[in-house]
Amino acid sequence: MRDPLNSFIESIPPSGIRKFFDIVSEMKDAISLGVGEPDFDTPWHVREEGIYSLEKGKTFYTSNAGLKELRTEISAFMKRHYGLSYNPNDEVLVTVGGSEAIDLCFRAMLEKGDEVIIPEPCFVSYKPCAILAGATPVTIPLKEENHFKLTPEELLEHITDRTKLLFLSYPNNPTGAVMEKEDLEKIAKIVIEKDLFVLSDEIYSELSYTGKPHVSIASLPGMWERTVVVNGFSKAFAMTGWRLGYACGPERILHQMLKIHQFAIMCAPTTAQYAAVEAMRNGDDDIAEMREAYNQRRRYLLDTFQEMGVPCFPAQGAFYLFPCIKKFGMSSEEFATKLLEQQKVAVVPGSAFGDSGEGFLRISYAYSLKDLKKAMERIRLFTDSLTAEKN
Amino acid sequence: MRDKILAILEKNARIDPKDLASLIGEQEADVRREIEAMEEEGIICGYHTMVNWDKTDNEKADAFIEVKVTPQRGVGFDQIAERIWQYPEVTSIFLISGNFDFAVFIQGKSMREVAMFVSEKLSTIDGVLSTSTQFILKRYKDHGTVIEAPKKDERIAIS
Repeated sequence: MRDPLNSFIESIPPSGIRKFFDIVSEMKDAISLGVGEPDFDTPWHVREEGIYSLEKGKTFYTSNAGLKELRTEISAFMKRHYGLSYNPNDEVLVTVGGSEAIDLCFRAMLEKGDEVIIPEPCFVSYKPCAILAGATPVTIPLKEENHFKLTPEELLEHITDRTKLLFLSYPNNPTGAVMEKEDLEKIAKIVIEKDLFVLSDEIYSELSYTGKPHVSIASLPGMWERTVVVNGFSKAFAMTGWRLGYACGPERILHQMLKIHQFAIMCAPTTAQYAAVEAMRNGDDDIAEMREAYNQRRRYLLDTFQEMGVPCFPAQGAFYLFPCIKKFGMSSEEFATKLLEQQKVAVVPGSAFGDSGEGFLRISYAYSLKDLKKAMERIRLFTDSLTAEKN
Repeated sequence: MRDKILAILEKNARIDPKDLASLIGEQEADVRREIEAMEEEGIICGYHTMVNWDKTDNEKADAFIEVKVTPQRGVGFDQIAERIWQYPEVTSIFLISGNFDFAVFIQGKSMREVAMFVSEKLSTIDGVLSTSTQFILKRYKDHGTVIEAPKKDERIAIS
C-alpha cells in the first residue's frame, strides 16, 4: 500500500498539552488544575435561548458569515466594550470558536516564505497553524522580568524583510500577562513603521483584572486597518462547548477569510449563534460576576504561592497563574510529572507552551475555592518535601 | 469592603477570614474587624447551616402557611407578627403584599404536629382571620443552593 499521508503534516509534532493529558487521564482521583475553560455553566438565560431556537425549529444553515442579528450584536459589543467600529455586513465573521478564526486569518494572509512573529509562551495551536498555512513562525521568547509582555526591543530584533504578521494574544494563555495601552502603543508604532499586520487573539479580553477596561491594539491610531481581532464566547460567557467565535477586521481580509470558511465549514452552528445573540445583548452582568469570582481566586492563589515561597509574577488576566519553579532544580515537565505521581495534582508544564515556558507551570484557577484549597495544600506538601530533600 | 465580605459570607459562612481577606485583597485583621462590626450593627444577623434532613433518619415536616389578619390600630401588623414569631416552630415569617398578609414557614417533626400547631396555636391568635396550610413536599433549591447532589466536573482534565 502507498503511504496515505501527507509527510508535511506528519512532520508537525502533536500538542505538548496532549501528552500530559494522556498521563492524567490514566490516573484516578487526581485533582486537575489543568483546564483551559471556565468552571461556570453557560448562564441559564443564554442556554434557554439556544433551547428556544431548537423548539422553534431553527435548525438550518445560517448565512456563511453568521446570522445578521448576531453580527450586529457583535459589532455593538465591540463598540461598547473596546470602542471599535466594525460594519456588521462585511467586517464581522462568525466562526467555529476563536481557533477557526485564527486558522482562517493565517491562511488568508500568509504564504510560503512569509514570516509570522509569535511571542512565546503562548497557546499551543498558533505555531502549528502558521506552519499549516505554509508560513514560517518566528518565536520570541518572552521574559518573566518583563511580566511576559512583548517589548519593542524584542520585536525589532525579530523583524526581517519577510516578516508580515505579528501575532498577539493578550490577556495571555498560559502566563496571564496583560498588555496595557502604553505597552501596545510602542508595539503599534513599530508595526506601522515596518508595514506589518497584526492578528490579535483577544479571547480573554473580558477577563482582565487591571481595574481598567481591556485595550485592543486595533483601537490605536493607524492600527484598525492593519489588525484582525479574534474573539469569541468561550471564555467570557463560559460557552466553550458551543464552539463559537468571531473575527473582526478590514473587509479586504475578512472577505478572503470568509471564502475559506465558506468552503471548509459552511457556517458556525446555528443553535450556538442564537444563544450568542442573547449573550451579547444581556450578558454584561454575567461577565462582571464571573470576572469578580476569577479575580478573587487569582488573589487567593497569588497569596498562597507567596506563602509557599514559590515565586509567581502577579498575572492580571485570563484565569492562569504561571509560577516559577526553577529553584527546585528540575524541568517543568519533571516537576509536573512528580507532582502528579506523588500528590495527584495535575498542572501543565510551562514548556508545553514554548521553550521560554521552561521552568514554569501553568496553574488554572477556573475551579471552586474548595478545589483550589485542596490542590494548593497538596502542592505545598510536594514543595515542602522537595525543600526538605535538598537540605 | 463590606459589600464584598457580605457577598462571600452569604454564600459561604464558614470561610476562614484569612482566605476571605485574600480573595478580596484586604488584610485579615481588617476583615475580622469589619465582620465583628457588622455583627454588632446587626447587618450580619446570624450564620446557619443548610441541612438536607431528608438524607438523615430524622424526618421533618415543613409547611408554608398563608395567614390573613386584622391589623390593629397603632401597631399595624407588627404586634401580631411578634406573637407569631415567638413560637420556635416558626422558622420564617414575612409580611407580604397580595391576597394574604403573612407568609409563615413552620417546621415540625411530622405533618400532624404542624397541622396541630396551626389549628391550636396559630389560628387562635387574636387578630388572625384565617390560615391556609401548604405542606412542602420537596425542596429543590433553597437560599440559592440547589439541594440535589453536586454536579461532577465534566471538563477534560487538561485543555
